[in-house]
Amino acid sequence: MTFNFLGNPLTLTLLVLSVAGVGYFLARRRAMARAGGDARVLHSLPNYYGMTAAMFAAVPALGVMVIWLLAQPMLIQNAVVPLLPAAATETAGTTSLVLSDVNRVAGGLTLAIEQGVLDAPAIAALRDDPSTLRATLAGVGVALGSEVEPYVLAAAETTRGLEARWGLVRGLVVVALGLAGLALAVRAADPAFRARNVVERGMMALLIAAASLAILTTLGIVLSMLFETINFFSLHPWQDFFLGGNWAPNFRGNSELSILPLLWGTLYISIIALMVAVPVGLFAAIYLSEYASPQLRSAAKPLLEILAGIPTIVYGLFALITVGPFLVSVFGAGGLLSAEGLRDGDALMSGATAVITAGLVMGIMLIPFVSSLSDDIINAVPQSLRDGSYGLGATPSETIRNVVLPAALPGIVGAILLAASRAIGETMIVVLGAGAIARISGNPFEAMTTITTRIVSQLTGDTDFASQETLVAFALGLTLFVLTLGLNVVALYIVRKYREQYE
Amino acid sequence: MTQTSLLKQDARTARRNRAEARFKAYGLIAIGIGVLMLVILLGTIFSRGAGAFQQTYLTLDVTLDAAKLDKKGKRDIEDIKKVSTFGYAPLLNDAFAQLVDSGAASSDLKPKEMSGLLSKGAEARMRDAVLDDPDLIGQTVSFDFLASGRVDGYLKDRVTRDSIANDKNISVEQLDLVDQLRAAGLLKKKFNLAFITGADSSDARPEAAGMGVSMVGSLFMMLVVLALALPIGVAASIYLEEFAPENWITDIIEVNISNLAAVPSIVFGILGLAVFINYMHLPNSAPLVGGLVLTLMTLPTIIISTRASLKAVPPSIRDAALGVGASKMQSVFHHVLPLAAPGILTGTIIGLAQALGETAPLLLIGMVGFIASNGPESISEGLLNPNSAMPAQIYEWAKRADPAFYERAWGGIIILLVFLIGMNAIAVLLRRRFERRW
Repeated sequence: MTFNFLGNPLTLTLLVLSVAGVGYFLARRRAMARAGGDARVLHSLPNYYGMTAAMFAAVPALGVMVIWLLAQPMLIQNAVVPLLPAAATETAGTTSLVLSDVNRVAGGLTLAIEQGVLDAPAIAALRDDPSTLRATLAGVGVALGSEVEPYVLAAAETTRGLEARWGLVRGLVVVALGLAGLALAVRAADPAFRARNVVERGMMALLIAAASLAILTTLGIVLSMLFETINFFSLHPWQDFFLGGNWAPNFRGNSELSILPLLWGTLYISIIALMVAVPVGLFAAIYLSEYASPQLRSAAKPLLEILAGIPTIVYGLFALITVGPFLVSVFGAGGLLSAEGLRDGDALMSGATAVITAGLVMGIMLIPFVSSLSDDIINAVPQSLRDGSYGLGATPSETIRNVVLPAALPGIVGAILLAASRAIGETMIVVLGAGAIARISGNPFEAMTTITTRIVSQLTGDTDFASQETLVAFALGLTLFVLTLGLNVVALYIVRKYREQYE
Repeated sequence: MTQTSLLKQDARTARRNRAEARFKAYGLIAIGIGVLMLVILLGTIFSRGAGAFQQTYLTLDVTLDAAKLDKKGKRDIEDIKKVSTFGYAPLLNDAFAQLVDSGAASSDLKPKEMSGLLSKGAEARMRDAVLDDPDLIGQTVSFDFLASGRVDGYLKDRVTRDSIANDKNISVEQLDLVDQLRAAGLLKKKFNLAFITGADSSDARPEAAGMGVSMVGSLFMMLVVLALALPIGVAASIYLEEFAPENWITDIIEVNISNLAAVPSIVFGILGLAVFINYMHLPNSAPLVGGLVLTLMTLPTIIISTRASLKAVPPSIRDAALGVGASKMQSVFHHVLPLAAPGILTGTIIGLAQALGETAPLLLIGMVGFIASNGPESISEGLLNPNSAMPAQIYEWAKRADPAFYERAWGGIIILLVFLIGMNAIAVLLRRRFERRW
């Protein structure tokens, strides 16, 4: 087919954009010509006539293309499902499994044809016995989990046919829309036409759309996780997830997937992190804002903030390779502080990955976070309060403890909550430093695992969106999202409320 | 009440002053801890990572025997290509045998065990050289071969004679040979350009692993982020700062943005996996997908800093533009936006630097694992072919069992930090150079 390029969204976009470019010049020229070459006769500057045409040509066409691209997979899926045998579509889980196979085969066929490994007659010959297809597709880099069933091949061919046909229709519709928009705007290019107002309204719409992307992202996050979470709870009892005591995913079935041990690990590590970060960060902020000379302040503040700019993967490696082994050498077998004598030769710490490792390193990461937030808040306390206290004869430290900190307390609590939400959502440090064993225990020298670690381990590698072991990651993600969102909302509310108090 | 001297502190004042000094000391200690941690962290990074920029090479004279490489003697490139890397292995053994014969080293090891000192890619390196220039056949050529990871570790004191007791990859006899070769000046450490430009390698060859390809992956992701996040972020900020009416919709948008800034990065990874890969069928592990996810993550940062710099432009500028007949839109785009540009740019660079170091979402969209492709050849390949990214590559190395990869990981961190420091320095310079106080 000669119009194949219309199916490719990228070339189509370029085509529409060039139509818009042509429209720009046509409309601008026409407006100038109608005005007799005198721009003062025009309602708007000549460029606005051109921009109107470009806008009319590009925006509806590209908009339709994007919506079409988003909707097409769903429509094709609806067309393909009736072709599958009843056994394959028994439950939502198996259906999506088969469909993902179909899509992989369809993609593999397209690739194989592009590379000249297969052609249409060869595919037709495979229809009755597609047993060699798996090897062929592996040759072009598409690995399949199982042999290709004839019905999967048939569905894949239908998918490809529909994709090609609808891709062409899509291309034609989009180009036609672009040309129609261009014609409309060029015809309207007339000195009396209020081109600037039209362009500005269009730009306004773009600005609003950009601002709404934030809402769209949040919706995307919530919906994508919500649907998969609902799928998960249709496969796995919610009682086990929320109330069970064990985390033991097993890809052969009978998984125990309870969030409680993970939640415990997450909270335990976060608490240790906060126990490091809050005193250090808070005292640093107090010193910097109340005592430090301008020179010390301008040197120490950026130094502390470097800690905040270091990527978390660096902290993760630091925990795994430096802090963990160091702690083992202190608390482990033969270490300085090991409780070997006390507990029948049991060393306190046996492996480098442990709650305390991850907690300490995360605490270091959070120091600048706590200190810069508290610094802002302490600085917001009005000077008059301090002056009043000094006037009564209090020393600076008494003023800070009895006047400044109580006044700043709500803000500091907000800052700590924000830091806690950071700690709960932190991934790389715990992936590398906390270990992978899910358990509920009070011993900080043991390895434990967290929500984020389990999300990573359930979703990396081959993900099969029909198994509860994969889907549980979405339930965990949603829990994490709700947890951090709740902390943030409360914290921001407190901080904002506190700011208003002194404004 | 007894009379006390003003010159002599009473017990209570002394106690209060001591408390004061203690309190001050706590503050200083806290700052000290913070700075100390920074020093330890940076010290660890540089002391552990610097080694990755040096690599051990063995200089070896190899006779490229025509009888083995080109049996027909016609120097036909097709004939030469038929000799696989296995055909080159005997040459290497011969070269080691010669080395012993010449008296440069003495060892009871078999030549095959001696060639175990080299990285597994040595034969391929000879073959490539021969295919490049078939005239080399028959000559004796001096090659700089990459030494194996264990030998490299021995020269860098990572591997010691005690630590290899149970190591199948190297023996004490081999280390004896290494000492001799080192004394003879044949085995030495050189600057390791391949680490900066090369691709990842398999588990067995830590000595050949490099950051180059993942740097390209990061570059393409940053291009996507820049191309999407900057225009969208600026447009959103202009709307919110200049046009948005005060109503509940605007409130919702604002609350949303500040909340998105605090959503854990891994959640964005889940979004990317579910929407971009599972629903929209964009390719797994592609920098395009990584870029899209990081765009969503970076947007709040860019919006917040852009709004601050728009707010810093004084209203008189807007009033003056409106006064000479500009529309509201014109006043913003022709006057306010150019004046706010340096601040917007600074914020964007800082946002990009954050995105560059982000790892967690990349794990979920598959940008991790052994991706030893060569660099992409076109822009669309760069965007769509599987690739890794710098932090994901570092994570990948950190997970591998061989400590030789740890050195690579630290070295990779140095490269990553150089980029981050560079970007932040540019941002600071921009701010110093162009910031205007009104």
